[in-house]
Amino acid sequence: MTPDQAQHRRSIVRGAVTLMIAAALYEGVSYSGFFPQVLLPTIQSIVSTLYDMLADGTMFEHAGATLYRVLFGFALAITLGLPLGILMARFKPVENFFLPLVSALMPIPSFSLVPLFMLWFGIGNLTTILVVFYAATFPMLFNTWSGVRSVNPLWLRAAGAMGADEKKLFWKVIIPGAFPFIITGMRQAFLRSWIAVVGAEMIAASDWGLGWVIFDAKEFLEANVMMASIVVIGFIGFVFERLVFGSIEKATVQRWGMVRMAKG
Amino acid sequence: MPAGAMQDAATIAVTGGRLPQASAGRERLRLIMRNAFPFLVVGAIWEAIARYGIFPRKLFPTLEDVARSFVELTISGILPHHTIYTVIRLLTGFGLAAIIGLTIGVLMGRTRRAEDICLPLVSILAPIPGLAYTPLFLLWFGPGEVSAVLLVAFVSSFPIIYNSWTGVKAVKEIWLRSAQSMGADKRRMFRHVILPGALPYILTGLRLGLAQAWRILVAVEMLAAVPWGLGWLIFGAREFLNTDAMMAGVTVIAVIGLLLEKYVFQMLENYTVVRWGMVESME
Repeated sequence: MTPDQAQHRRSIVRGAVTLMIAAALYEGVSYSGFFPQVLLPTIQSIVSTLYDMLADGTMFEHAGATLYRVLFGFALAITLGLPLGILMARFKPVENFFLPLVSALMPIPSFSLVPLFMLWFGIGNLTTILVVFYAATFPMLFNTWSGVRSVNPLWLRAAGAMGADEKKLFWKVIIPGAFPFIITGMRQAFLRSWIAVVGAEMIAASDWGLGWVIFDAKEFLEANVMMASIVVIGFIGFVFERLVFGSIEKATVQRWGMVRMAKG
Repeated sequence: MPAGAMQDAATIAVTGGRLPQASAGRERLRLIMRNAFPFLVVGAIWEAIARYGIFPRKLFPTLEDVARSFVELTISGILPHHTIYTVIRLLTGFGLAAIIGLTIGVLMGRTRRAEDICLPLVSILAPIPGLAYTPLFLLWFGPGEVSAVLLVAFVSSFPIIYNSWTGVKAVKEIWLRSAQSMGADKRRMFRHVILPGALPYILTGLRLGLAQAWRILVAVEMLAAVPWGLGWLIFGAREFLNTDAMMAGVTVIAVIGLLLEKYVFQMLENYTVVRWGMVESME
């Protein structure tokens, strides 16, 4: 075993030990009854709550409702953000018109629009989807715009010299060239939408959704339901971030050798 | 329009002077016009919809109504009061986050042991959207000030931890070694090599953390039943269908967000890492 590997193994052991100690500490405090157990449920009760909710399918319904909202809003954001970003980067008048608007709207946190949307569209899916859409559009738009703008001009000239027409130039040079940025945009957009959907569900409460169930559980002092839902929220977010976007990245820009793979 | 008239006066005054300045003035005017044009178009569309009465006026106020309620709320001191509370909450939460985040992040970057201990915890807690913790914090610390500030601190500390950790680790090995061979002791090494070397990352982390804090705070103020605050203002305005007050609140939120992003950190960056030639200015 090389020293590097030994170091790596020691890191893993230390990490595992930390997690176990943290869990044991938490469990100890929880069992000690120093805080009321409804507020600080034991890990055991969190796990069994999670299991129960998975077994009777309520958790799937909540997760399904949340995923529907987030994916709908996210898809809308891509449908608007991607073409508009490309247009802004390719045509100066479009950029001149939209850039000031985008820079003015971007710093408005999506949550601050929730009350307004609630007035306009009522409580429920439409409001949540629109909040997600608002949150996700700007990272998508902004990254696409800067990606297309930052395509190496040398590539454009080389392709032009080799006789590529507009259409080919667009599909074979500009889009792949901007792709690392576009992927980053999607990633950021999803991250934003994931945060936005949880918040929007808490405020614009409907009757399903992971954000809603957490907030609803507060009323009944069900901290174990809360924790179980937080675990599911974290898990889904992790799956999307790592598996979905990670594999898109691997299949495209990494294979094309445009970005180095990050460690880990 | 007084603004336009003033601009005209300025242009005329400049035209009277030397020629190159005149064209610079005209160029600036054109730039302003170009930036204002989209807002005029959107404003006109908004106004048309509002006046035409497709939606009830109460829900879709004219810009005039919004402006009037903005002025009224400002003069009566309600809007500034909300704003001050929000800003204080933001700064307290973010200040806590900066202190805790930098300490943990730098420690993680410097010692392997701290990294091994903290990284698993951080990487488990960080990807969960901060707002999901809100009800939990409300249960633990009760509704109000403490929950709001702690939540903002908790949420915004993650980007700070993450970036300062990466930054300290990204300091070039060769800088460390050359400083060492020139006889720098631990403290000097930290102050004069590691800290400046990691600063671009640290600033990025602070910037991201502040942006995060700002976004979360608005939502937290709606949920945490705080007595004052812009988030509460717009949420409370909903009850009374005060859409114009709501829009006035959103405007202030947007302006603060823009100021934080554009000025505070841009200035800090220009003053440090850009001046040192470590990164290029964003301008």
